[in-house]
Amino acid sequence: MDPVLERVIVEAAVKIALVFFVVLTTVAYMTWVERRVSAWIQDRRGPNRVGPFGLLQPLADGIKFLFKEEITPPHVYRPVYLLAPILILVPALLTISVVPFGPALRLFGRDVPLRVADVDNGVLIILAFASMGVYGIALAGWSSNNKYSLMGGLRSSAQLISYELAMGLAIVGILMSAGSLRLSDVVARQAEHGWNVLWQLPGFVVFLTAAFAETNRLPFDLPEAETELVAGYHTEYSGMRFSMFYMAEYANMVTASCLAATLYLGGYHVPGLQRLGLPQNAAAIVQLLAFGIKVAFFLFVYVWVRWTIPRFRYDQLMNLGWKVLLPVALVHIVWVAFIVLMGWA
Amino acid sequence: MAAGPYVDPRPPAFMVDRIRERFPDGVLEAATFRGELTVVVPKESVAAIALFLRDDPESAFGMLTDLTGVHFLERDYDFEVVYHLYSLEKNHRLRLKVRLREKETVPSVTAVWPGANWQEREAFDLVGIRFAGHPDLRRIIMPEDYAQHPLRKDFDVEGGPTELDAPGDPASPGFRDMERI
Amino acid sequence: MDSASAPPPPMPSEVPRGEDALHGERMVINMGPSHPSTHGVLRLVLTLDGEVVKAVQPHVGYLHRGMEKIAENMTYHQFIPYTDRLDYLAPLSNNVAYVLAVEKLMGITVPPRAQVIRVICCEIARISAHLLWLGTGALDLGAATVFFHTFRERETLYNIIESLTGTRLTTTYTRVGGLMNDLPAGWTGQVRSFVEAFPKALDELDALLTGNRIWMKRTQGIGRIGAAQAIGLGLTGPNLRGCGVAYDVRKTEPYSGYEAYEFEVPIGSEGDAYDRYLVRLAEMRQSSRILDQALRMLPEGPINIDDPKVILPKKDRVLTKMEELIEQFMIVTEGFKPPAGEIYHAIEAPKGELGFYLRSEGGKSPYRLKIRSPSFISLQAIETMAVGGLLSDLIAVVASLDPVMGEVDR
Repeated sequence: MDPVLERVIVEAAVKIALVFFVVLTTVAYMTWVERRVSAWIQDRRGPNRVGPFGLLQPLADGIKFLFKEEITPPHVYRPVYLLAPILILVPALLTISVVPFGPALRLFGRDVPLRVADVDNGVLIILAFASMGVYGIALAGWSSNNKYSLMGGLRSSAQLISYELAMGLAIVGILMSAGSLRLSDVVARQAEHGWNVLWQLPGFVVFLTAAFAETNRLPFDLPEAETELVAGYHTEYSGMRFSMFYMAEYANMVTASCLAATLYLGGYHVPGLQRLGLPQNAAAIVQLLAFGIKVAFFLFVYVWVRWTIPRFRYDQLMNLGWKVLLPVALVHIVWVAFIVLMGWA
Repeated sequence: MAAGPYVDPRPPAFMVDRIRERFPDGVLEAATFRGELTVVVPKESVAAIALFLRDDPESAFGMLTDLTGVHFLERDYDFEVVYHLYSLEKNHRLRLKVRLREKETVPSVTAVWPGANWQEREAFDLVGIRFAGHPDLRRIIMPEDYAQHPLRKDFDVEGGPTELDAPGDPASPGFRDMERI
Repeated sequence: MDSASAPPPPMPSEVPRGEDALHGERMVINMGPSHPSTHGVLRLVLTLDGEVVKAVQPHVGYLHRGMEKIAENMTYHQFIPYTDRLDYLAPLSNNVAYVLAVEKLMGITVPPRAQVIRVICCEIARISAHLLWLGTGALDLGAATVFFHTFRERETLYNIIESLTGTRLTTTYTRVGGLMNDLPAGWTGQVRSFVEAFPKALDELDALLTGNRIWMKRTQGIGRIGAAQAIGLGLTGPNLRGCGVAYDVRKTEPYSGYEAYEFEVPIGSEGDAYDRYLVRLAEMRQSSRILDQALRMLPEGPINIDDPKVILPKKDRVLTKMEELIEQFMIVTEGFKPPAGEIYHAIEAPKGELGFYLRSEGGKSPYRLKIRSPSFISLQAIETMAVGGLLSDLIAVVASLDPVMGEVDR
């Protein structure tokens, strides 16, 4: 094989493995963070027995899930029932592939960009994969052959359709200003002209709200609203398959946080870093860390919001999506277009 | 606050005359015990009397606090249906009673107080009183295919033979089986 | 977005199957008896059109233990532990309700100290029951944090209850003619420190929900019931007061010396879930006020009446004196025999008017004992409140009605 091609494949494989590892670890530790932060909010202690500060709790949970008996109820439609958790988890993990984590590192005499794929339609890929997730939920709800699950699946479909629109429109504002669908261009543009959040605040709010709804997190966790639908679409799942739904939820959170950081908080950009004149690798690592902190901030917001406010009602959620977020996003587009046209940005 | 002797509340004794005025044969018996007035009325007119007591401004019994049945053995009536009425405006209470025999029915008061619905169902379920004109007289506490009325005095509290106990070896020996052994 | 005041457009009552794809099929869904938000073993059979509740049929009885029958075969004293299991969130209040009924039948008034302690018990029970309602109600609507914050306060209360009665749940604290025992040393101090700390904790909970936009949207205009309708159904307690009817047995027919305390009866105006929430919140503040006054006025003196036919003699005397031994033996084996007659006595329990109808034929056990449980009556209102709303509203309705299945099924 052509040695150059071989090197590219090896490089990609290593990066995929690394990103996969990091994302899955983050997902696992998000469960720990969720429990610790919720405990902190609720005046409890949270998991603190397994390892120091309960840090090994995710591991214990993972082992428990692996060894749990998986019960497949007799009334389910098996092929789809078994497929659904995969259909949810895979798109959730795939989305992360286009997110730029940092600039290039200088390794082995060549520049290694810190992202899995730098495709020129990254934003579209994200939107496409994000809407894939709903298939898993709807199919899980349907194939469970349980009325509660079905209602969860239905709610989820309606919710994702409504909020995807608002989310897409909010992102349009970013694309117009960046003039590109490539996420690294979006970051580069923000490095040059200031973070998007500073002048696209309505878009940011719409994006964040829609991201909450897309990830089915409280206050938009209607598809699995425990007190209404028992557990919604994953009522009939158990063991590892059940945990796959949770992994997907957290993976979606990580992706959405990465996106929010990339699109609105300048991605891995750190203001004033160039002036320090650090060597390339050191600067890249600082930027990587900065990106991590931004993502962590959003993840914390996710947890914080979940444990603070009650749940919306189904029709209120729809109203919010169609009657508030959508018009706001539309007006926002006009506003961004105007600014871009005038050349102020 | 002082721990004096027990003081009875004042019962609305005028109610007896009031019912008599309107329904000449409306009061079969009236008694006061511990400051509570009990009026026994004929079962045919209980719904009419209830309606009168609810709408009469002097009595204004807007609320049916409680409705229950009592079963008796060896009396010239088998059941008493006991209605506890309360007036929010006047702040007084009255106990209405109706006596009936086994096969007889008593008019339902659900039209007067909608809240009587479940209470009559309960009296039917547990004591076996039949209410004529009740919109939905089904068992409410016991299973729908249950055969007996557990609050009757002749109910076998030790279980007795029921459809639920299939003959044969029980899953675990209870005390009755121990006796047999 | 006030969707409750503007109900969804009326559906055609009869739609031929298969002809109208939108309204053709209704789904019958069985909610409970094992469901996260039915507060026990309530079963609701719902007919849904999409998410809209078209019909609700409650089924109760899953927790039926035949308490009323059990009472017919035991002495009056022996039934006290069963009352713990009625509204198991406020066992102290049930204990008081039952012994007050028996005392009315016997014509007994307990000493002032016992009365004040009973008031303290009732109000502790009320606060703890309302706290649990607040926590679970908020949890039902998705606000999980409130639940844990209320449980922190409840923990304090349960510790107080434990040091008074020896148990946390099945208190069995009252006796006919008095109480199980006098207050343990330092107990009033515990209650005092709770009373001082509680309003602040309540403000915190208040701040979490009362002004929260989502909370308001989820509860305002939901499960609305008019005052006339509520009275007709026999609703009592906070459910009735939420409609603006200031009916509180503590005010209308004071028992245990409630007339000596200063407190207000909070009422709502709309009769919706939000008003019932506000009423209960305000009631907790009033209860804490009553606790404060009760602690101040707690007199010294005996806690039991002086009647050897009703009250068990002191244990050391039982072991040394013939007379007391006989009395003890008689009370334990025979109980006491109230005069023949029938009484109804009600108290203001946390859920509403908890009444006992006692009928005595002069024997050692009640001839008939009927428990008028507020939850049983108020559950009837589900149909009025929930039909026409969404499934999520039904959850809010059940939460705001605050039924406890232990006392519904008895």
